[in-house]
Amino acid sequence: MLAVEHLFKRFGGFTAVSDVSFHVEQGEILGLIGPNGSGKSTIFNMLAGAFAPTAGSIRFEGRELAGLMPHRIVHMGIGRTFQIPRPFRRLSILENAALAGYYGQEHVTRTEAWEAAEEALEMVGLPTDPRAETSSLGAAGLKKLELAKALATKPRLLLADESLGGLDDSEMDQAADMLGKIRAEKGITVIWVEHIMGVLMRVVDRVMVLDHGEKISEGSPSEVANDPRVIEVYLGTDTIDTGAAADA
Amino acid sequence: MGRIDTRVWLIVIAAGLFVCLAYVPAIIREGDLGFAVSDVFLYEAMINGLLLGGVLALLSLGLNLIFGVVDVVWICYAEIVMLGMYGIYYLHSFYGVPLLIAMPAGILLTAIIGYAVHELVIRHLLDSAPINQLLATGGLLFFFQSVATLAFGIDFRNLGVSLGSFPLTEDIYISWSRLAAFIVAAACVAGLYLFLTRTFMGTAIRAISQDREIMTLMGAAQGRLYLISSAIGGGLAGLAACLLVLQYDVHPFVGLSFGPITFMICVLGGLGNMVGGFIAAFILSELIALGGYHFDLEWGYVFAFAFFIAMMFVRPEGIMGRRS
Repeated sequence: MLAVEHLFKRFGGFTAVSDVSFHVEQGEILGLIGPNGSGKSTIFNMLAGAFAPTAGSIRFEGRELAGLMPHRIVHMGIGRTFQIPRPFRRLSILENAALAGYYGQEHVTRTEAWEAAEEALEMVGLPTDPRAETSSLGAAGLKKLELAKALATKPRLLLADESLGGLDDSEMDQAADMLGKIRAEKGITVIWVEHIMGVLMRVVDRVMVLDHGEKISEGSPSEVANDPRVIEVYLGTDTIDTGAAADA
Repeated sequence: MGRIDTRVWLIVIAAGLFVCLAYVPAIIREGDLGFAVSDVFLYEAMINGLLLGGVLALLSLGLNLIFGVVDVVWICYAEIVMLGMYGIYYLHSFYGVPLLIAMPAGILLTAIIGYAVHELVIRHLLDSAPINQLLATGGLLFFFQSVATLAFGIDFRNLGVSLGSFPLTEDIYISWSRLAAFIVAAACVAGLYLFLTRTFMGTAIRAISQDREIMTLMGAAQGRLYLISSAIGGGLAGLAACLLVLQYDVHPFVGLSFGPITFMICVLGGLGNMVGGFIAAFILSELIALGGYHFDLEWGYVFAFAFFIAMMFVRPEGIMGRRS
């Protein structure tokens, strides 16, 4: 479904992503992990169109994405969430999702956008009541709204950026289950970028690990967790929850 | 909650000031509370203030809409009203077009001017420093004034249509044109509110006024929303022109008599905040009306400006504005 080949991104003299290639199959959940500064967010931003790659190709269903505007990429069927939720706070929850649905699809009527918004909100468990205020949402609610906004664009591939940041343990479990449910019920393929390994390993089919802009490991969660290079990278940094490696 | 409490206090203080300004001068003058309370001319002044507030609210609404969406203050906004007034005047007095046709034509004219101002001037300055945008719209103010002077001369022109007045009570007479202006303005405020809250386009306009960066990332046709807002803002100026042309003479500098007060209203209410502007319009119009009744008309403006300056110290972000 998605084929990334020899992707490079340089910022001035700094190479953030160096020769990364990977592919994603229809219906799978790929986890993309790595410590801070490993290049995972840069890859995410290139997939979403926020940055143009310095070199390499990104092909989605056979069509080249590199260099397209972010909203064109959304129109092609790739939805994204933002790491730091930034909704329109003085609009209702439903209005937020409906705008995302309207602008995130081509040839969509306003009625279809409202329907897509309601469906997406139901999926993530947020109120579809038009009076429900966005300002009433907490951290977990805002993350759900991010997800609903991405789903309202009717994506075939969902890019989830650090969906767990700022959540407590039970909320993390819920968020992880949500991505699994989205794949199961809607058949949406997911690329999940995360800093924390823990909960992610439970849900993903395959994991790719990055360090210093290079891919250092790829495989099933258990393979990756036992990969000496991954252990080295994760034990070498002190901010990472390594409990997951032991769990898996 | 702290912010809402402040707003409530401000409204209470404004109401207190209003009562003081209404009655204290009369009590001092007459030495008698009873007379002040039963002073019919005072009530007439209050009602006229209320009616003036409607038109001022309409003017500030258009300016706030454009500012909220495009983030540019149209210094020349009142001059668009002036052009609309000329349009209606010429259509009616020169070409004999009935008022009921001339007025919609005037609204259409100003909507086109609003569209053109955005398309020809503002659009090219969206990424410029705010001071350049202000200078450009300020330049347009002089441009419009000069064009009007060249085209129409400096004569004061009167539509010559009087709707007359009617007695509200035995002693209080209300001018029909002022009442009509108030009702139309109020209806228009309500209509715009419904448009902004109940339609998709309105939702998009509210969204872009909150976060233009995200709307652009979402692929919203930003330029189109800007043009629509500018045209609606221009149309509101035309509607104000319809209401004002019935009450005032037209001349090239007529915009100066309500341009500054419109800005004060918008700033007092919180720039870009339509509800705040609506409230501020009535506060200032009552200050003008009551000050004008007790002293001279000019004193009314002195009170209004003094209140405005004091408020800028107390609450620089405006009545309903958010602290940034």
